[in-house]
Order: sequence, then structure tokens, then C-alpha cells
Amino acid sequence: MMTDESAEIGDRLLPLDGWHRARGARMVSFAGYQMPIQYEGIMAEHQWTRMSAGLFDVSHMGQLLFIGDAADAALELVLPGDIKGLAEGRMRYSLLLADDGGILDDLMVTRRVNDIYMVVNGATKEDDIAVLRDALPDEITINHMEDQALLALQGPKAAAALARLAPGADGLFFMEAGAFAIAGVPVWVSRSGYTGEDGFELSIPAESVQQIAALLVEQPEVKPVGLGARDSLRLEAGLPLYGHDVDPTTTPVSADLGFALAKRRREERNFPGAERILLEREQGAILKRVGLFVDGRQPVREGALVLDGEGNEVGRVTSGGHSPTLERAIAMAYVPDALAVPGTPITLSQRGKLHSATVAATPFVPHRYHRKGSLK
Amino acid sequence: MTTHYSTDHEWIAVADGVATVGITDYAQSQLGDIVFVEVPQAGTTLGKGKEAAVVESVKAASDVYAPVTGEVVEGNAALEADPSLVNTAPESDGWFFKLKLADPAELDGLMDEAAYKAFVATL
Repeated sequence: MMTDESAEIGDRLLPLDGWHRARGARMVSFAGYQMPIQYEGIMAEHQWTRMSAGLFDVSHMGQLLFIGDAADAALELVLPGDIKGLAEGRMRYSLLLADDGGILDDLMVTRRVNDIYMVVNGATKEDDIAVLRDALPDEITINHMEDQALLALQGPKAAAALARLAPGADGLFFMEAGAFAIAGVPVWVSRSGYTGEDGFELSIPAESVQQIAALLVEQPEVKPVGLGARDSLRLEAGLPLYGHDVDPTTTPVSADLGFALAKRRREERNFPGAERILLEREQGAILKRVGLFVDGRQPVREGALVLDGEGNEVGRVTSGGHSPTLERAIAMAYVPDALAVPGTPITLSQRGKLHSATVAATPFVPHRYHRKGSLK
Repeated sequence: MTTHYSTDHEWIAVADGVATVGITDYAQSQLGDIVFVEVPQAGTTLGKGKEAAVVESVKAASDVYAPVTGEVVEGNAALEADPSLVNTAPESDGWFFKLKLADPAELDGLMDEAAYKAFVATL
């Protein structure tokens, strides 16, 4: 009955590998790296992040810099966002698109003083670099920052903990970023994350990340949290996981990521796959990503089928599991557009067993971002 | 009462021809937080090595196989309401099912506690 996905030969090691092991982490293979899936337990780490602050090592993700005149305009060749209109110190969620409008990756892009900084998924970073290098003019330099680690500090007490070490970092609002220092080490701080909570992502020189991680977990609000809780937290927040909920067969419209299509770009109709994507935007995609509440306690996971009244497969579950916050089973699935309305009953099939579900509005658990202009 | 262990990390406590089956403390620690358990109903006949129960942790689903052949006399209804009993009391209140042994000689193929401890130490 043991199904542990133990580390594979050829996996790369994170700069904090030994640090994780010394803290009792269970390491698994993910995106070509050995990564901590849990320390004390997924449930406890999930709840700790929701009520205090969790420290996540996401150094497997790709950090890229784009340097050169008009790097912003060049990136608009492959992204459907308004990159030219991005102000210094501001960031946006965007999508790397294939010529047919399929999604090659989802990413965060930030304008800095002299360059544009991008964070992409770990499993896709090498492919992304090849696509970007091919699409962008030679005058734009792409720097893969392989000597930078990336930590995420997430939770309602993240700001208080970080401000003690990086004074002023709590002055950032959601989707803003800036340069700070912790113990003399330069740290690029973004107020963003993947849990639905307020929080930060910290880009740190790899040679100093152990020192910074140690300082962070010395704060009484902070405990290390593994990939397991990262997955259950992002699922509750309704955030898609690339390679599972979003992939090259999905488009910004079918993946319900239409907010990543900037108004100016929709009017200019000049991003990859624009014709198809804008048609889907008007007429609806065949399938659409939705959230599901699953009846009963049994988790329905990736790969389960969505059935119509006659038992035909009409869609698929792409993520699913137990929600520690709601204490029930939740999932994400692609369903026919006509069913993609909250409250619609859905039948699922997993390992020969039928499960009843209902289309749910997402996020399942409300986001608690520190937005500019919000009251708190 | 004698307790036997399987290489699938189950414990089998036998008394008066009835085996109580659960998963070991090592197994629950490997699975992590248990959020759902499905146990077989009384009257179900289970063959040795056949799927008997399903246990789901936060991260994955796993099958529990019948370590010996027999007829289920009781599934642990308490696990439906509180699956975390498997984490907190794996070798007592967190038992999965009881079955009436069809062939007590099958127990000979299982390990005793010392052998199981030695087996876990090699993992």
C-alpha cells in the first residue's frame, strides 16, 4: 500500500537541501528537483500558513531577467498582458502562449529600474527560455538567474515577521515589488504568492539563502512548510497548477484566466493565438475550468472523469483533494461550457465509483491579499 | 491473542479465529494525515491479497489488501466519522476490519513483531 514518490536519480538539489533534511523534511521528486513535501505534516502546515506564516522553498522555479531597450514591447510578442504599461515596481500575472493560443506556462512579470524580472514554473523553465530566446529580438538579453534562490513567506503574520528583518517591506501592497536587504544581503521582495494569503516572495543569492532562511524561521510567527501544503493551499485559493490544471491544450479562456488578456492587447489582437482566443472569449470555449464541491469526504483527484447523463466522458478533474479549511473534498475540473455555472450538479467517476459534485464559485477560501485601497 | 505483521505494513491480531486488521504506525507515518477511509461491509468475502479497504491521505489514495482470506464480520464504523484515528491510534482504535479466518495456516506466512521491526529497519 505504500506509494511514496521517493527521490529519483538525476534530481537536482536545492541550495537549501541540507537545511530541509536537518529540519526533518520528507523529500520527494518534483520538477526535476528533490523537494520537501512536508516537515511535521501537511494538515498542520496548511493550518499554520492560514493563521500565522509559512516559509516555502520554491527555488526550483525559474527566475529570468530581460535586459535591453524595448524589452517590454518584445515580451508582448509572446504574452497577452500589458507589459508596456507596467509601472516600475509593479508586477502582473501573465501567460506564455503558443501560436495556437495554447498555454505554454503561467508566470509573474515585474518591471524593475533597468530590466524586467520574470518568475516561471520549474518544470517548464528550460522550454520557456528556448521559446523566449526564439521569439525575442537578439538585442534583448535573457539572463537565467541560476544563482538566485526563491523563498515564499505566506500568511497573515508574514508582513510583521518580514518587517522585523527587512524594514519597510511591509509597505509594499499586493503585486508590488522592490529591493530590500536582510542582514546586509540584497533581497528582491515581491508582495505576492500562491496560497491566497497575504505574503511575499523573496529572491535571494543562493550562497546566502541558508542564513536568510534561518533568520526567517527564528521569527515566532514562521515555520517551514512543504510542497504538500502548498498544493492544498493553492487549491483552496482556486489557483491553477501548471501541467495539471493548465497546459498547452488549454487556452486563457478555457482555463478561466481571461483576466490575463489586457484590454489594449485584446483591441490590438496581436498576441499568439489571438484570433482563436478572442473568438472563444465571445462564444465560449468548448470546455471550461471550474471549481467543484465534491459530496462526501472522499477526495476525487486528478484524472477522475466528468460524466454526462448517459455516462459519457465529457470532461476531466485536473486537481482535487481534501480542503483542511473547509473540511470537505474540493476539486478543479474542465466541464462543458454550458455546465460551467456555480450550482450546476456534476457527476464524477473515479476508479469505477461515482461521486456527486456541484460547480462552485472560486476561490473556495477567500483571498486575503494586502491590496492598495483596501480597508485593512 | 497473537499479533502478526505483513510486508504491506498491516497488523493482524488473532483471537478465537477472528483477525482484526489495521495498518501499522510506520504505515500511517508514511501516509501522513488521513482524511478518508472506506472499510468493507460485514458479510464481504475477502481473498488473501485482494483489495479490502481504501485509505486516503491529503496527498494520495492507497489500497489496503486483505492479508489473509476470510469473511468480514465488522468494518470499523468509527473511521467514517473520524479517519484521523488511523493517525492517532493506528494499532488500537484505528483498526480497519475484523474477519473470520478461512485458513489459519495463512498466518504462518506473516511476520511476528520482532521480524516486522527488523523489516522496517531495512526500509
